[in-house]
Amino acid sequence: MASAPLAAASEDVALSVRDLTVSLPAGMERVHAVESVSFDLKRSQILCIIGESGSGKSVTANAIMGLLPKSIRVSSGAICLEGMDLVGLSSDRLRDLRGRVVSMIFQDPLSALNPLMTVGAQIEEVMASHDVGTPHSRRSRAIDLLIEVGLPDPQLMYHQYPFRLSGGQRQRVMIAMALALEPAILIADEPTTALDVTTQAQILQLIRDIQRRKGMSVMFITHDFGVVAEIADSVVVMEKGRCVEQGSAEQVLKSPSHLYTRRLIAAVPRLTGKDRIALEAAATASVLKVECLVKTYRSGSALFGTQRIVPAVNGVSFDLTPGRTLGVVGESGSGKSSLGRLLIKLLESDSGSILFEGRDVAGLSEAEFRSLRPKIQMIFQDPFASLNPRSTVGHILTAGPVAHGMPYSEACERARELLSHVGLDSGAFDRYPHEFSGGQRQRIGIARALMFKPKLLIADEAVSALDVSIQAQILELLDRIQRETGVSMIFITHDLRVASQICDEIAVMHRGQIVERGPPSQIFLDPKSTYTRELVAAIPGEQPRSLPQHVANP
Amino acid sequence: MPRFLLNRLSQSIVLLVIVSIIGFTVLNLMPGGPLAQFGLDPGMTQKDIARLSEQLGLNRPLWIQYFDWAWRLVQGDWGHSYRDGSSVLTVISRHLLATLLLMGTSTALAIAIGSWIGIRGATHRYSLFDYCATVGAMVALSVPTFWFGLIGIYIFTLKLGWVPAGNMYAIGDGSVLDYLHHLILPSVVLSLVHVAIWSRYMRTATLDALTQDFVKTARAKGVSERRILLKHVVGNALLPMITLAGVQLPSLLTGALVTETVFTWPGMGRLFLDSLGYSDYPVVMGLLIFSAVLVVLGNLIADIVVAVVDPRIRLS
Repeated sequence: MASAPLAAASEDVALSVRDLTVSLPAGMERVHAVESVSFDLKRSQILCIIGESGSGKSVTANAIMGLLPKSIRVSSGAICLEGMDLVGLSSDRLRDLRGRVVSMIFQDPLSALNPLMTVGAQIEEVMASHDVGTPHSRRSRAIDLLIEVGLPDPQLMYHQYPFRLSGGQRQRVMIAMALALEPAILIADEPTTALDVTTQAQILQLIRDIQRRKGMSVMFITHDFGVVAEIADSVVVMEKGRCVEQGSAEQVLKSPSHLYTRRLIAAVPRLTGKDRIALEAAATASVLKVECLVKTYRSGSALFGTQRIVPAVNGVSFDLTPGRTLGVVGESGSGKSSLGRLLIKLLESDSGSILFEGRDVAGLSEAEFRSLRPKIQMIFQDPFASLNPRSTVGHILTAGPVAHGMPYSEACERARELLSHVGLDSGAFDRYPHEFSGGQRQRIGIARALMFKPKLLIADEAVSALDVSIQAQILELLDRIQRETGVSMIFITHDLRVASQICDEIAVMHRGQIVERGPPSQIFLDPKSTYTRELVAAIPGEQPRSLPQHVANP
Repeated sequence: MPRFLLNRLSQSIVLLVIVSIIGFTVLNLMPGGPLAQFGLDPGMTQKDIARLSEQLGLNRPLWIQYFDWAWRLVQGDWGHSYRDGSSVLTVISRHLLATLLLMGTSTALAIAIGSWIGIRGATHRYSLFDYCATVGAMVALSVPTFWFGLIGIYIFTLKLGWVPAGNMYAIGDGSVLDYLHHLILPSVVLSLVHVAIWSRYMRTATLDALTQDFVKTARAKGVSERRILLKHVVGNALLPMITLAGVQLPSLLTGALVTETVFTWPGMGRLFLDSLGYSDYPVVMGLLIFSAVLVVLGNLIADIVVAVVDPRIRLS
């Protein structure tokens, strides 16, 4: 324990967790998912529980809600709520508390709502399950709630199905649902992680407002110190199932005492506002020159007049010189991923040109482009899905080059070389992807892309699925590789802070167009377009000029 | 929505034309041609057959015959049976009700029991019940239906004497109770395989729905387990099952060849078998088109039902 347990059951404590230990089934990598964790959630406060994946933060939340899967059990400790110990409470009693006294919202608002039920019906269900009100009163309450969470046109929204709503709107519906019975405690499990940065800022604001207005206690689980800085009153830092540090937000953020907390805070990508020291460019001719690239998605049928036309990439132009990194930043739907796929010709462009080393590849057929493929390689977002689980790492690395005519022995040699180069031991060659962690898998993905000695690397959200500390390591690796090989990079990301770490130049995309392009210092400190300004302002916990003294919003 | 229907409908028509062309050609390529059956009749001379051929227009080029046949088909004239001269549509409708009765009962049984087993298997995964259901489904799928039929007749008819061995009704009775009495054994035997298939699919679909985030949301709201299962899980699990039901729908009307034979049930399966044996080509062609239409309709209906049930499709 990092800090002494506080006096339990005092007047201002809404929920108190004491020496909570949750055991994992035999054969897992750890014996305990959570080990002797104690903390207090004070009344009318926001407590942030922060930790990386596997830290046990979600397990703690689920233990409080009584929502742990059957194979995972609370083995000792107490969870005190209003003088009751929730551990060992019958499932009926727990069910009665859920939604009424303690509510929860989840990470992914897309899948957390039943697709077959209207928004209104799902909100009313909370009340119906606890026998509160009449059908008529529930209905008017549901509409009130929709107004309260700031959804437009609540009468219409009431009859809407979730798929019609944007991610932010769905999360508002989740919040409305959680508030329906005015619970004393709200547990929010990474509620903004799946959202765009501007939406995230709005949802954080909403949670903060509602918490203040209702005097609710909020337990907010996150992996993002930016979010902590934005809304936390107090903080619990968890690592591998243990609570390593806790205290007020100011104390933990400003003067972290535990080494792990310090490491975690240091690993958070910052808006440096400083430009990267560029490589000495050997050649000035650009590797890639894109002019007026257009891609429009069409669905439906022109014949029946129901065609929907979505311009995904709309007249994008830029150029990239050797050894430089261009960041493409935008929110979901901005066309940044489509752009990446166009450049590697996984998508065919409608018009415009892509000059790669002076040759227009936009119009090339697949067969003509094939010889160029080795020179343009991609690093994908999801290191779990992008590696074939049935192939050894060696096979994953060598298959491509061998198909392009490299002798097998040479490919193997190069693969082993690259594996050690990206920081994996040579034993990795014969192992399967599932034996590696997310960060290691991303290293494999990078090694795979480097097998061809490419001229251009396209990294599509390459670090988005990773924990911050791993993220920092991968960014460092990419930086080192670029300095060694002089490869050019296009770094596609939704995270402005990550982009500011690795890019020489950043292009901000909005609705298929580049609205602003410039070095990080311009984008972050002196943005020219309103959209960029909004985007920068929405980054949680960042005031670019006054780093690193960022504290919780007053 | 109507556009999607129009699309599907036009695809279906093309599909039906192709099926009918293939069927028509294959039947005409059979040894002896369409009139083979008459050749076996000692009373028919070569000249008689030639005259018959002339009369029926069978000496014209195949493609003309096809268009002639197809044109009349569209107008509702499906030709006449070689066996008794009655119109093909009459013959089909005579057997349709028997099949509908048998298949309707067994499918209803299969869906009800199969869904229950599947859902319970998913909610009690790896329990004794689940293991038994899995093994049972494997047995039901791997043992041929006629064997179950024969064993059923042996036990319940010969040994116990509870149910009749075959036919749809007893001569001279024909009351509702009598029909039901005859229906029990064949419908149960026939539903065995369908229960097995349906329960396996239902188990997978339910397991899939159970792990969805919205189920956890419902738990966090304090919804009871029972309501979660009924309102959130089953609804979502049934969505993919509608397509499966659509695939099974045609067999509701085209009948079960084997079971109908074992239980001498006067349904469409029997009609097909008998007509083939008799080389009654107009009827065989009629049945072929009939079942092709049903397959197309079944899938179309499934698509429409999915669209009606799933708001994501209905409203977009």
